[in-house]
Amino acid sequence: MIGYVLEVAQAALALLLAPGLVGLLRWMKARLQNRRGAPVWQPYSELAKLFQKEVVVSSNASWLFRAAPFVVFASTVAVTFLVPILAVPLPFDGVGDLLVVVYLLLLGTFFLSLAGLDPGSPFGGMGASREMTVAALAEPTIALAIFALALGAGSTNLGQIVARTMADPGTSVSPGHLLAFGALFIVTLAETGRLPVDNPATHLELTMIHEAMILEYSGRYLALIEWAAALKLLIFFALLGNLFVPWGVAVTVTPVSLAVAVGSLLAKLIVLAGAVAVLEIRIAKLRLFRVPELLAASFVLALLAVTSSFLLR
Amino acid sequence: MALTDLLLAVLLVAHAIGAVAALATRRALGRGLVAAGGLTGALAAAGLGGVCLGTGAVPTVSAAFLPLTGLALRIDGLSAFFLVVIGLVGAAVTVYGFGYSAAYEGRYSLRLLGAMLNVLLLSLSVQVMADNALTFLLAWEVMSLSAYAMVLTEHDGPGTVRAAHWYIAVTHAGFAALVAMFLLLSAGDLTTSFAGMRSASLSAGTRDAAFALALLGFGTKAGIAPLHVWLPMAHPVAPSHVSALMSGVVIKMGVYGLLRVAIDLLVGGPAWWGGLVLGVGTVSALLGVLYALMEHDLKRLLAYHSVENIGIIFIGIGAGLMFQSYGLTTLATLGVVSGLYHTINHACFKGLLFLGAGSVLHATGTRNMEEMGGLIKRMPRTAVFFLLGACAISALPPLNGFASEWLVFQTLLGGSAIPQPEVAIVMPIAVAMLALSSGLAAACFVKAFGITFLAIPRSPRAEHAHEAPWSMQAGMATLAVACVALGLAPFAVVPILGSSLAGLGGVAPTAMGFTLALPLQVPGTSGRWSAPLLALGLVLLVALVLLVLRGLGADRRLRVGDTWGCGRIGQSPRMEYTATAFAEPLRRVFAELYRPTQDLSIDFHPASKYFVQSIEYRSEIRPWLERLLYDRPLNVLHRAATWVRHLQGGSLHLYLFYLTLAFLVLLTLARWWR
Repeated sequence: MIGYVLEVAQAALALLLAPGLVGLLRWMKARLQNRRGAPVWQPYSELAKLFQKEVVVSSNASWLFRAAPFVVFASTVAVTFLVPILAVPLPFDGVGDLLVVVYLLLLGTFFLSLAGLDPGSPFGGMGASREMTVAALAEPTIALAIFALALGAGSTNLGQIVARTMADPGTSVSPGHLLAFGALFIVTLAETGRLPVDNPATHLELTMIHEAMILEYSGRYLALIEWAAALKLLIFFALLGNLFVPWGVAVTVTPVSLAVAVGSLLAKLIVLAGAVAVLEIRIAKLRLFRVPELLAASFVLALLAVTSSFLLR
Repeated sequence: MALTDLLLAVLLVAHAIGAVAALATRRALGRGLVAAGGLTGALAAAGLGGVCLGTGAVPTVSAAFLPLTGLALRIDGLSAFFLVVIGLVGAAVTVYGFGYSAAYEGRYSLRLLGAMLNVLLLSLSVQVMADNALTFLLAWEVMSLSAYAMVLTEHDGPGTVRAAHWYIAVTHAGFAALVAMFLLLSAGDLTTSFAGMRSASLSAGTRDAAFALALLGFGTKAGIAPLHVWLPMAHPVAPSHVSALMSGVVIKMGVYGLLRVAIDLLVGGPAWWGGLVLGVGTVSALLGVLYALMEHDLKRLLAYHSVENIGIIFIGIGAGLMFQSYGLTTLATLGVVSGLYHTINHACFKGLLFLGAGSVLHATGTRNMEEMGGLIKRMPRTAVFFLLGACAISALPPLNGFASEWLVFQTLLGGSAIPQPEVAIVMPIAVAMLALSSGLAAACFVKAFGITFLAIPRSPRAEHAHEAPWSMQAGMATLAVACVALGLAPFAVVPILGSSLAGLGGVAPTAMGFTLALPLQVPGTSGRWSAPLLALGLVLLVALVLLVLRGLGADRRLRVGDTWGCGRIGQSPRMEYTATAFAEPLRRVFAELYRPTQDLSIDFHPASKYFVQSIEYRSEIRPWLERLLYDRPLNVLHRAATWVRHLQGGSLHLYLFYLTLAFLVLLTLARWWR
């Protein structure tokens, strides 16, 4: 029973923290650029405001446009029940493994892209086309990174991967794990629309991907999509943090271990947000047709990760 | 009379009645009888397969039952599974065909179409039940010829005759390979039962040759790269319900044949067999989806996706064969089961998609996606069915495409059990290519659904589209339900598939540790997932979000406005993204593969080259790989044929001379041979 409470608590915590994570990233970037920056809680105010505003829907759009935000939000929230954010093993561990997590996120991307095409705006089509291109090209890297992790743990289930790394701390610095971490980090940037793949701060139509796709959204629909995007960022950070550096994740359910879990989660999120913030102010956005080169690099990293895990077993 | 005998009799009689009725009656009555015969026969096939799978019975039918001697039927687990596939898709297709073929009334031959539809279904059923080479080859040829006749239905359409020629030529090349293969296996006697072939002791070289011939022969039918050239030509030009049957079921006969020969008759072989199947599967999966992305003919896009999905099936089966050669029976079973699971899943969602495309074609009269758009409002039910199929083929959970691709992934992950270093390279690459092709498939179906059904109509034809009649909707609904059910119940489907392999050499279904427990646990690895719980969770979450939004008093006002056009008032379809534009980034990424030809001519103003008067841009992608592989041999063949033509000079004296000469040579040979 306590496990199910923990599941709900974990999902609620992720939902609660996600806008803050985006705010923190923006704030860190601003500080690093010598700007004062909006406060960390700015995204919360934005969401609250969006939920209060009326929705404007294009006359060309169909029911799909109005259903897509719910599909995107629900599928992303579903992932927070499957990913070990606070504790292992979770009771829903058997409901979905890492492959399910990846394809659930793809489900959201799929519907969001369709919704981008629905109003008939050229921006939406442009965003949808680019988003699907990046998502498709990131797919093999993700699969290989999963393969590399599963080779060590003997399972694609997240709980088992975490448990295995905890039981044998040496594996977390094995070449397979390090290379897979690098590959997944690049994929994280691509999948969550960060620099150098996409610029989350711009509305210039020639450079944007995610923002172009959701250009027609407003009000509560936009709020759901923005929230889901923030949640996706948190999920990828939690995966990077807890799969490769699992310490801090609660194994037993005691107040102390849970407090440690929350604390370590926050620490990992702050470190990763800092890393992304530093990266984002140091590099320029890549031309769209250079993005495949970046993803190819991550693919090679992942392939090396699998091969080395294979040979060094 | 046992239930199985009764069902078999119903199957044969119903299809026969359907075929005869097609020839004898006309109009709605004729279409109705064709559909009734086809539906009854298909349901009997599905029932027969279901009964055999359920009871584990392996009925045989003696040759005396049939008017021809030398024919033999036997229904084991594998046959029963394929009977279910044939019955399921066949039932949906015949019902759909009742409404769809109404448009052919008075334009094309409905008699031939109806008769051949029933003959095709009958030959498919007989083929998977065949217990000797003669029966198998007869059914195979009847299947190929009846499909050929149906491809030719719209004989005056552009490219139809050419497509049919390609189809019949390639399929007969494959047939020749199959005859050679069976002659090798049966030592020259085609009426040898499959049991006899199983026990025959063959040299390693003969077995290798037989396997290579089987892969060639069955590969042409399955449409694996590079033997797939006929498939994207022939499937789109056939009537849509026939396309669904061809893509959903007929190409699966290649899968059935390969399994029958490689696993049952030859009882597995060296590791390179599996490696070869895995390799061609990987190449097919990737090539198929890459060509599909560039395709703007809706039905041809789907046909290329058949190449992709056959590739995925072959990946599973190839991995299974490979594991078998290393003695890993559990994983081998898992591989074959994942291939079979994807077989029935692909039959359902590809059938559904082709039927959906048929409804679109029926409503708009065009297959060109660039002329569509906005159909979701004009044909809402078809749109829902097509969307479901698109989600399933893109391997999105919790639908059936994901269930089987998950299993294929788990099989490949199991490859870590093989210590060979070359496997350490092959398996990850197969995993990556599988993931890439499923990602690209998702991109392709965003394009296919988004451009066809969403936004504003791009042509008057799309503007005046109408919903399909009820019979067509019923056909689509059947397959849509099957897609959902197969996706939600992998825990029930997988053990059945495992048991269907009972009695086949080399795989050990008894070792399958599949249970009916909700999280599907894969033996050999320990990946787990639970489709019904996941689906339930998603539904609950959507409901919860809606409730919370309402409860918290989020603003529920909704205003309908124009799409934002940078200040421009009024929006025309010309401003929409096109299918070509959608696929453009991927075309650039894979430019090396596509090698597009580009033709750009710019008309400048005479006064200054900074004023452009008109730009004409033309770009075309021709599959260069196929041209490389086929053009040269075809040229040689053509030249040889021209040369041989000299023999036929038109002189009767010359012909008489040939006759005498041939006779004398044969006599001498016969004498000398002894």
